[in-house]
Amino acid sequence: MYEHDVIVVGAGGAGLRAAIAAHEEGADVAIVSKLHPVRSHTGAAEGGINAALREGDSWEDHAYDTMKGSDYLADAPAAETLCKDSPKETIKLEHWGMAFSRDDDGRVSQRPFGGLSFPRTTYAGAETGHQLLHTMYEQLVKRGIKVYDEWHVTRLAVSDEEKPEDRTCHGIVAYDVQTGQVEGFRARNGVILATGGLGQVYDHTTNAVANTGDGVAMAYRAGAPMEDMEFIQFHPTTLPSTGVLITEGVRGEGGILYNENGERFMFEYGYANNLGELASRDVVSRAELTEVNEGRGIEDEYVHLDMRHLGEERIIDRLENIVHLSEDFEGVNPLEAPMPVKPGQHYAMGGIETDENGETCISGLYAAGECACASVHGGNRLGGNALPELIVFGKRAGHHAAGKDMEEARITTGKEGEYELGEVDSPVELGEAGIGEDAVADGGTAADAGASVSGTDLVQRAVEDERETIETLLERDDGIQQAEIRERVQKSMTRNVNVFREESALKDALRDLREARELYQQVFVADKSRTFNTDLLQTLEMRNILDIAEAITLGALARNEFRGAHWRKEYQERRDEEWLKHTMLSWNDGRPELWYKPVILEGENKTYEPKVRSY
Amino acid sequence: MSTQVPESVEEESATETASAGKQKRDAKKRERAERVQEQREAEAAEKARSADDTYHLKVFRYDPEVPEKQEPRFDDFHVPYKQGMTVLDALMWARDHYDSSLTFRHSCRQAICGSDALFVNGSQRLGCKTQLSDLSEPIRVEPLPHSDVVKDLVVDMEHFYDQMESVEPYFQTNSLPDGELDEQRQTRENREKVKMSTRCIWCSACMSSCNIAAGDNEYLGPAAINKAYRFAMDEREGEDMKQRRLEILEQEHGVWRCQTQFSCTEVCPKDIPLTEHIQELKREAIKNNLKFW
Repeated sequence: MYEHDVIVVGAGGAGLRAAIAAHEEGADVAIVSKLHPVRSHTGAAEGGINAALREGDSWEDHAYDTMKGSDYLADAPAAETLCKDSPKETIKLEHWGMAFSRDDDGRVSQRPFGGLSFPRTTYAGAETGHQLLHTMYEQLVKRGIKVYDEWHVTRLAVSDEEKPEDRTCHGIVAYDVQTGQVEGFRARNGVILATGGLGQVYDHTTNAVANTGDGVAMAYRAGAPMEDMEFIQFHPTTLPSTGVLITEGVRGEGGILYNENGERFMFEYGYANNLGELASRDVVSRAELTEVNEGRGIEDEYVHLDMRHLGEERIIDRLENIVHLSEDFEGVNPLEAPMPVKPGQHYAMGGIETDENGETCISGLYAAGECACASVHGGNRLGGNALPELIVFGKRAGHHAAGKDMEEARITTGKEGEYELGEVDSPVELGEAGIGEDAVADGGTAADAGASVSGTDLVQRAVEDERETIETLLERDDGIQQAEIRERVQKSMTRNVNVFREESALKDALRDLREARELYQQVFVADKSRTFNTDLLQTLEMRNILDIAEAITLGALARNEFRGAHWRKEYQERRDEEWLKHTMLSWNDGRPELWYKPVILEGENKTYEPKVRSY
Repeated sequence: MSTQVPESVEEESATETASAGKQKRDAKKRERAERVQEQREAEAAEKARSADDTYHLKVFRYDPEVPEKQEPRFDDFHVPYKQGMTVLDALMWARDHYDSSLTFRHSCRQAICGSDALFVNGSQRLGCKTQLSDLSEPIRVEPLPHSDVVKDLVVDMEHFYDQMESVEPYFQTNSLPDGELDEQRQTRENREKVKMSTRCIWCSACMSSCNIAAGDNEYLGPAAINKAYRFAMDEREGEDMKQRRLEILEQEHGVWRCQTQFSCTEVCPKDIPLTEHIQELKREAIKNNLKFW
């Protein structure tokens, strides 16, 4: 068994920042990640980092934009923390040498982005994430922080008190991909989950193959609630054949969207009369799909994004990477022709419930970055707000886990504050299939560990459970393989739980997911080797995809309103009197339990009164 | 979920009925799963047969633990073609429909994570960035040469990482501004100067293509030298640091080993002018040494 003060799971932007912060506080910290840090999907982020750095801008304006963009479902203490801390965290990256694009006076460049009242998106070409990730990894190397790379974390070692709020996280269990070993990692102070996105729930996504929502699913099964899972961001400009992202920066710099008739539909059909292409992402995605559905799409599938009028010099200076992506992955040279684009899954606004210090309701368990939900983004994330989230909340979680005194959080976690129970009408049984049977899908807490059990023993038990699960998977030699189940789930989610949602389709998705869960009970791993067994790795990821897909669908079915990225056919309005609340799901002995907690709209100096959200 | 207890023959009748029921259910579920699986395999075979266009891949296979794979061999895969399909797409299709033990690293699918550098038809390329339609058949897919193979197309990257980390690959300066909100200024020209060098995705295609690195295990290699270039040329680090950087690069296994064969530059998927960077550092080193005469 390995032992450290702080264990960080995941090595993207949030994980690296958390590790550096914990190290700054003197903690013995290690990162455990299924990818080598530089392979993390933070590297694919293109657009930039929102930070109020310039005269005429302020964190208050940034917070206002963020709350409005969230469609009033973000918690003000979290959104304000993001906006207040982002400037110094962004400049910290500059001090670490990050190669930002520069203005003539030598200062870092900023550009306009969707939904922003000031051009505050600080960027490095159209490869800001790549520069950020590598800069941060350099700092990790400088500090000599230990990384266990290509170790896939499979479960948390959490005590099993009745109420999640009474539980403690003592460590993790991880599978060494290179050797097939299953080992425990004891965390003396805390575990920080920074596992990133969950886009592999869908088949058309900008996310990497590795983005299977592992941290969210693990925390959920250990008792930390998932929050606002129905809020999935569909980015309006992804390449149709692969889902590769074309940054919002293209529109920020002046790129224009056209339908098949060559109409600038954002204005001509009144989707966003003021901001046009720079309305927030949910608005633009719906507009594009409406165009396609009404017969004005190109090849009934996509629209055109044209940036040729910007001129080659400006494009190469600020968006060069986009030229390469469009050429390599769609065969279109955007200097000569408009790029085909359509909405694709991009980001999960929801995730593991945390407070503004990154702590969950389970003592010693933290989360930061895309896998967490503080909630900064509420119903819709603004472009350029994901990267600051990584550095701001990664740092806070790192400091907190290392034992630094933090200001008391205003956001409550678990059922500690005000809450109400919810109900949802599901056509099928929910939760784990085959409860009470020898279900391989079980990934819960270490069973029957009494209060007297030490942290180390608890980790050891979790290791033994996991070894047994893996042996079972490897011993079977017939049944069904994960690739088939994965394809079914992805297709059903893309068909039924996409940009436009309606009750009957959501119920179809729940039926498909039930079937997928039952199939998963018969899953087998054909590759019996202990060496670099990606068949096994993907089979383990699959159980996370199942739990997350169900949570997204369940939340979408429960929320009877239209807010942010969540559009419902039957409910065409935002219903503030009933729905200014977060959708919470807790894993209750293998079944999802639905409840709600109120949104906090009261900020430090003002209350963000919900207004009609028009762009 | 304890399975430690050996199965007892004489169980209570109630348990027996329950477990018999469960067995029946399990058998049914298993049957269904198998049916779905068989159907899928049949469909895949049918798809490959009926597709107008299939691509023939010969893929290197090796697994130290599996007897029939201990001797490296090539497996043939016929993959149905779709417009825009890449080598990575084809490998994923083959894995998901024919052989789930086919092993390769991949993640982002868009040439930024640097996981899937492979040896395709005799040169180092990223699988995700290489169109099948640009290649002649059969397409030979092999792990990167000059690296230890872990399994199939996966190679051991440790040596590459060690070299990258040996050049103090992090920003160092003595002239940071005092305020936490004050930026260090950098001219647009200087940012442009280091831009290409910052694009490295650590895929190690260059290192694998380099004859010198193949013969001298301690040679820093093009990627690590490029990483050092990125800092040495950054005006924000200052002159003192540049001295130090040049000392690191001038070591026995540093820039002077390069014989300007340009193979690294040819294979770099991010178009980094690696050889040029190495040459420039050699010139800098000479200028620097002359200064002290």
